[in-house]
Amino acid sequence: MPSRTTLLDDRAIARALTRIASELVERCHGTTDVLLVGIQRRGVELAQRLARLIEGLEGHPIPCGKLDITLYRDDLSTVGARPVIGETDLPEDLDGRTVVIVDDVLHTGRTIRAALDELADFGRPQRILLCVLVDRGGRELPIQPDIVGLVQAARPDERVDVFVKELDGRDAVELARSA
Amino acid sequence: MGAPSLGKDLVGLESLSAEQLRLILDTAERFKEVSERPIKKVPALRGKTIVNLFFEPSTRTRISFEFAEKRLSADTVNVASSGSSVSKGETLVDTARNLEAMRIDMVVIRHPASGSAEFLGKRIGSNVVNAGDGKHEHPTQGLLDILTLRDRFGKLEGLKVAICGDVLHSRVARSNIWGLTKLGAQVAVCGPASLVPRDIGSLGVEVIPRIDDAIAWADALNVLRLQLERMTGGFIPSLREYNRVFGVTRERIERARKDIVIMHPGPMNRGVEIDSDVADGPFSVILPQVTNGVAVRMAVLYLLAGGAADWQQQGGSE
Repeated sequence: MPSRTTLLDDRAIARALTRIASELVERCHGTTDVLLVGIQRRGVELAQRLARLIEGLEGHPIPCGKLDITLYRDDLSTVGARPVIGETDLPEDLDGRTVVIVDDVLHTGRTIRAALDELADFGRPQRILLCVLVDRGGRELPIQPDIVGLVQAARPDERVDVFVKELDGRDAVELARSA
Repeated sequence: MGAPSLGKDLVGLESLSAEQLRLILDTAERFKEVSERPIKKVPALRGKTIVNLFFEPSTRTRISFEFAEKRLSADTVNVASSGSSVSKGETLVDTARNLEAMRIDMVVIRHPASGSAEFLGKRIGSNVVNAGDGKHEHPTQGLLDILTLRDRFGKLEGLKVAICGDVLHSRVARSNIWGLTKLGAQVAVCGPASLVPRDIGSLGVEVIPRIDDAIAWADALNVLRLQLERMTGGFIPSLREYNRVFGVTRERIERARKDIVIMHPGPMNRGVEIDSDVADGPFSVILPQVTNGVAVRMAVLYLLAGGAADWQQQGGSE
């Protein structure tokens, strides 16, 4: 039986996102030219929540897009049956903008590598920041986040699961052990 | 388990389940967006080599496959029957085995013999995609027609589609019938008795003898090309006569007093099976069909590239 430990409950996630939103506005010196890009699947929901929080802080809406990195994965030729592709929708021209990549869990860094390559095919942002809810360690590439909700070192046999209300009916971050 | 796979080859829509058909259509939906990007290219098939083996003339299908391949970053080679060893009498299997010896990954084949794609798929390890085999099937055309209908109507269940004209010689008709009926649409065929197969009812389709009745019944018409190059006998009295009795004309569409979607797989014989007023008119989705063709072919190539890995793992070379 896999055992599960709650790392963040719904209120802790809300507090983390509020802090991330403020930090993001501070790091970007406002919201001019800022575009949030959520990575499919759960990064999209988190990016949309951050956009609402930032709108609350700054008083005006900020654009928010979706990115599916499946076609840029470096293991596509070895995964067997093709993964289902999610929607990509980048509402704005990227040239000269500050793009904030939003994802739920940062692990090996390979997803972010793919996202950086894909974004480069859409344009040339002035700057790209990385914002994640959980950094679980275990990097295989030289990629680091700029803004983090929670740092939680996890062993290779452990999994960090993020649940969001919009898709899963509840907000939680849990650590699952297979043992 | 996980997502359904398509297997190694795409030979026809007859052998696919509704779930597999929906997987291709949903995947194609995503690939539409790739063709709208500033750089219309994704690295999904980087390092894969695809041979387009065309034993029959084709412009639209070959170019559409080539765009799909290039937008997935595959390397492509085009082989046409004229000007290659095929014209020296080399057999299909020899040609394909020689290509395989050069380490290719996929073959897209168009061939005048029904069953040739399946024949080839059973003899080589590369993925095989049927781009039209004789009178058998043209699965990617069927899929792009179905995707275009789904775009227009939002669903396929209960949709009434009439396939009109030269059904007898049409692989497009057969792929449409298989795909549409599996996805819950109602299909009828309409054409001269000499160009409608006698046993067509066994595929679950109705025969409507008069074009006016077909137009009155249908939500969408798929107007087939009169395949003059395949007609050796007296199938029809004359082209003018055909247009008079079976042509989809503006007068006929106006008389129906309703919205109807008009499709044609191309190339059109304007003034024969379809009038220019209709082909270029407000109900025509003939150009959206072409746009969807690239997305559907990208989806098929992407999904099959995963099938090859499964096939090799199962030791499927027997």
